[in-house]
Amino acid sequence: MRQEGILQHSASRLLGLIPTLLVLITIAFFLIRLAPGGPFDGEKILPPEIKANLDVKYHLDEPLIKQYFRYLGQIITLDFGPSFQYKDWTVNELIARGFPVSLTIGGLAMLLAFFLGTLIGIIAAMRQNTAADYSLMGVAMLGISIPNFVVAPLLILLVAVYAGWLPAGGWDWSVQRMVLPVITLALPAIAYIARLTRGSMIEILHSNYIRTARAKGLPEHLVIRRHALKPALLPVISFMGPATAALITGSVVIERIYSIPGLGSYFVQGALNRDYTLVMGVVVFYGVIIILLNFIVDILYAWMNPRIRYNEAQ
Amino acid sequence: MNTSVDIPAEDPFAAAMVEDDIHGRSLWEDAWHRLLKNRAAVISGIIMVTMLLLVLVGPLLSPWEGDFTDWDNTSSPPSLETGHWFGTDSVGRDILVRTLEGGRISLLVGLVATLVSLAIGVSYGAVAGYYGGFTDRIMMRMVDIIYALPFMFFVILLMVVFGRHIVLIFVAIGAVNWLDMARIVRGQTLGLKNTEFVEAARACGVDHNAIIRRHIIPNLLGVVMVYVTLTIPQVILVESFLSFLGLGVQEPMSSWGALVNDGAQDMESAPWTLIFPAAFLTVTLYCFNYIGDGMRDALDPKDRL
Amino acid sequence: MALLEVTGLQVKFDTPEGEVQAVNDLDFSVKRGESLAIVGESGAGKSQAVMAIMGLLAENGSATGKAEFKGQDLMQMSRKELNNIRGCEIAMIFQDPMTSLNPFLTIEKQMVEVITNHQNLRRDEARAHAVEMLRAVRIPAPEERVKQYPHEFSGGMRQRVMIAMGLLCEPGLLIADEPTTALDVTVQAQITQLVGELREKSNMSLILITHDLAVVAEVCDRVLVMYAGQVVETGSREDIFYRPQHPYTQGLLASVPRMDRPVDDDLHSIPGNPPNLMELDSGCHFRERCSKVMDVCSEDPPLQVARDGRMSRCFIDMANGAEGTAAGGAGTEDAATETAE
Repeated sequence: MRQEGILQHSASRLLGLIPTLLVLITIAFFLIRLAPGGPFDGEKILPPEIKANLDVKYHLDEPLIKQYFRYLGQIITLDFGPSFQYKDWTVNELIARGFPVSLTIGGLAMLLAFFLGTLIGIIAAMRQNTAADYSLMGVAMLGISIPNFVVAPLLILLVAVYAGWLPAGGWDWSVQRMVLPVITLALPAIAYIARLTRGSMIEILHSNYIRTARAKGLPEHLVIRRHALKPALLPVISFMGPATAALITGSVVIERIYSIPGLGSYFVQGALNRDYTLVMGVVVFYGVIIILLNFIVDILYAWMNPRIRYNEAQ
Repeated sequence: MNTSVDIPAEDPFAAAMVEDDIHGRSLWEDAWHRLLKNRAAVISGIIMVTMLLLVLVGPLLSPWEGDFTDWDNTSSPPSLETGHWFGTDSVGRDILVRTLEGGRISLLVGLVATLVSLAIGVSYGAVAGYYGGFTDRIMMRMVDIIYALPFMFFVILLMVVFGRHIVLIFVAIGAVNWLDMARIVRGQTLGLKNTEFVEAARACGVDHNAIIRRHIIPNLLGVVMVYVTLTIPQVILVESFLSFLGLGVQEPMSSWGALVNDGAQDMESAPWTLIFPAAFLTVTLYCFNYIGDGMRDALDPKDRL
Repeated sequence: MALLEVTGLQVKFDTPEGEVQAVNDLDFSVKRGESLAIVGESGAGKSQAVMAIMGLLAENGSATGKAEFKGQDLMQMSRKELNNIRGCEIAMIFQDPMTSLNPFLTIEKQMVEVITNHQNLRRDEARAHAVEMLRAVRIPAPEERVKQYPHEFSGGMRQRVMIAMGLLCEPGLLIADEPTTALDVTVQAQITQLVGELREKSNMSLILITHDLAVVAEVCDRVLVMYAGQVVETGSREDIFYRPQHPYTQGLLASVPRMDRPVDDDLHSIPGNPPNLMELDSGCHFRERCSKVMDVCSEDPPLQVARDGRMSRCFIDMANGAEGTAAGGAGTEDAATETAE
C-alpha cells in the first residue's frame, strides 16, 4: 500500500519515454534527409552508375517513408547501420570507439560538478551575505558567463604552454590528458550547481522545521546535516538531468579543442560530411542516454521525497 | 483605491488611510526601487549601455575598417603608435574594429533570436495556460518531449541542413530556445487565471480578449522581462558555440564566437587576437546575468536568495 | 523563587526600511507550575519576546536584557549552553503544525533525536519513550504511527506530536506560541484540554502566547497584556477578566462577543490601528485609540506596580479604576475621568 507511490510513478514515467524516443528519432531522420546534397556528393565526383549502385545498396532510392520504417526496424535491433563516410566501419563500431572516451570525461566532470558545486553552495549559504558568500557567488557567475571555448584556450595557454605542467591535448587514457578537459567541461556545471545549492539551502534554512530543530536544542551541525541537507539537495538532483544534457553538449566543443576522439567530434564530422547514419546514430544514442538519465533522476527524486514515495491514496 | 466613499470629516483615521492609497507606490515603482538598490545589477546595466554605444558608434569613429588589411602591421601587438589599439590579426585587420563589429552581430543575434523565442514561447505558453485542460496537457507534453532532446545537436543539424544564412541562425536558435519561456508563461497564466480578480472580471461579464489584454498580459510582463534578460546571454552563447565550430555567421560578417575561434588558432603567437573578443564576450554575458538576476529579485522579493 | 525571570528585555530588528523596535522594556516572571498567558494583537511583540529568550531570533534581530532561568541568564549563554536547555528544560511549540515538522524525516527520527541529544538512553529505550509520549497525547496506534511521515498526519495530530516532542525530556517550562490558532475550533478545544491535563500531571510551567481570550480564561493563572512592544497590564486571571485596569485590556475584553447580551447589540471594537513600530513617538502608544485619553498621556506613562505584582502602564490610578470597567460592563463608557497629577 505504501510503496504504491513510487512504483506507480516509475511506471507512468516509463510509458512516457516511448513517445519521446519516437519524436526524437523521427525529427532527426527527416531533418537530415532534408539536407540538400546526399552523402555521396562529397569531394569525389562519382560516375553515375556507381552512384546508382550505392543508392540501391543503401536503400536511398526508396520512398522516404519506407526508409523511415526500415530504419525504425533497425533501431529496435540496435543496429545503426554502416557509416557513410568511414566506409569500413559501422556506426555501432564508431559509437563503441567514441563513447567510452566521452563517457569518461563526462562522468568525471559530472562527479566533480556535483561534489564541488554543492560544497561551494553550502558554504556560501551558511555564510550568507558575507564577503565569502559574495566572492564565491561572483566566481560562480563568472563560471556561467565564460564560454568553455574561451576557458579552454586560456587554460591550455597558461597550464600547458607557459607552465608546461600538463599536455595541451590529445588522448591516451592517461590521467594527465584528462585533467584539463574534465575541468573545462565541469566549470559551468559547478557554477550552476553552486548557485542552485546556495539558493535552495538558504530557503530551507528559513523554513519552520529548521526553527523547530534549533528549538529542540540540536547543535547547528546536526541541524544542517540531518534536517537541511536532503531537502536542499533535491532541486540539485533534479537538475542533474538537464546538467547531463548540457555536459554532452559541451563535450562537442571540448573534444574539438583538446583533440579528443570522442563521440562529439564524430558527430560534428558526420554533420559536415552528411554521414546520415552516423549523425542519426549519435543523435539517437545521446537522446536515449538523456532520456534514461532524466528517468533515473526522476525516480531518485521521487524516492527521496517521502510525499511521493509514500503516496497517500489521492 | 476607491475614493468616492463618504468620509466623515471628523474621522482622522479613515482620512489617513485614503491619503495612503493616493500616494501609494505601484508594484512597478517598488520593483524599480529595489532594482536600483542592487549594486551589481546597476553597474552591469551601465556597462551594458556603454557596450551598446561602443559597438554601434565605435566602428564609425575608428580610422580602420573591419576588412581592411594593413600589410605593414600583421600580427602586431596592441600599441598606440601603429594606431591599432587592440593589435592586428594575422592578415593585418584591426582587432578593435573587428571586435566591435563582431559585437554588433553577437548582440543582434542575441536580441533577435530572443525575440523569436519570446514570440513563440509566450504565445504557446499563454494559450496552454489560458485554455487549460486537455489542450494544456497535450501542449505541455510536447514541451516535455522536446525538452528531453539534445538541443545543441538539433541546432547543429539545422545549420548543416539549411546553410549558414544569418536569418536562419536567428530562427534556429530561437526555435530551440523557447521552451523555458513557454513553461514559465504557462505557469503564470494558469495561476493568474484562477486569481480572484480575473474571476471577478468574468463575473462582471468581461469577455476573454479583454481579460487577456487587461489582466493577464500586464501581469505576465514582469516575469517575461526577467526571462528575456536571462535568455539573451544564453542565445549569444549558443551563437558563439556555433561560430566556434564553424557553423555560425559567414565571412565577411563576424561575431565574437568566430573571433574567439580565430584567436584561438593564433593564441600562442598573438594572444591579443583571443583575449579582446573573449573579454568582451565574457563581460557581456556576465553583466546580462547580473541584470537578469537583479530583475528577478526586484520583481519578486520572495524569490530573493 | 521564579522559574523564569525576564527583566528589561528589548528586541530590535534591522530592516531595509529602518529599525523596528519590536519589544520595549519587557519584565515578567513565571513561577514553577504556573501558567502565564501573553496576550495582544498581531505585531504586539509577543512572539519576538520569547524567540529572543530562546535564542531563535532572525539574523537581523538583536536583543538585550536579562532572562534568568533557574538562576542562569539565557541571554548571556553560549550556543552550546543554550542547546543544552532548549528542547530539554525549556520546550517550545509553534503556531503552524503543518510546516513545523521536517517532511523528510519520520516522526520517530524527529522525536528520538531529542532524547539522544539530551539524555543517555539507548535507541530502543528512546523509541519506547517516544511511543509512550505519543500515547499520552492520545495519538492512536502510536507504535505504527511513529514510523510515519508528517504528511500522513492531520493538522491537529501534528500539533499533538509537537507537544509530545516538547515534553519528551520533561521540561520545567513549555512555551506555546499560538498553538491553536491554525486549528479548527473543536481541535482547539482538544489541544487546550490536553495541555491543561499534561501540565497538572507534571507541574510544568507554561507560557501561552495567544490572542484568544477564551483559551486564556480556561488555561492560565496569570495574564500579561502587551501592546506595541510593551507591557500594558499584568495580573491574575481573575483580576484581568473581572477588574481590568488599562483601557486597552478593557477594550479587548469588551470586544469579545457575549452570549448574555442582546443579539442585536453592536459589536464593539477598538477604533484605529496599532502604531507603526518604526515610527514610535514618546508618550502612551495607545492614546490615539483610547477612550479615556487625557492631555497628560502625551508623556510616557508610568508602569504602576502594586504589591501583589499587578501592573498597569497608565496614568489612571490602579486602585481607582475599579468601577464600571469589568468584563461585564459596557466597555468604553467611563464613569469617572481622573486627571492625574
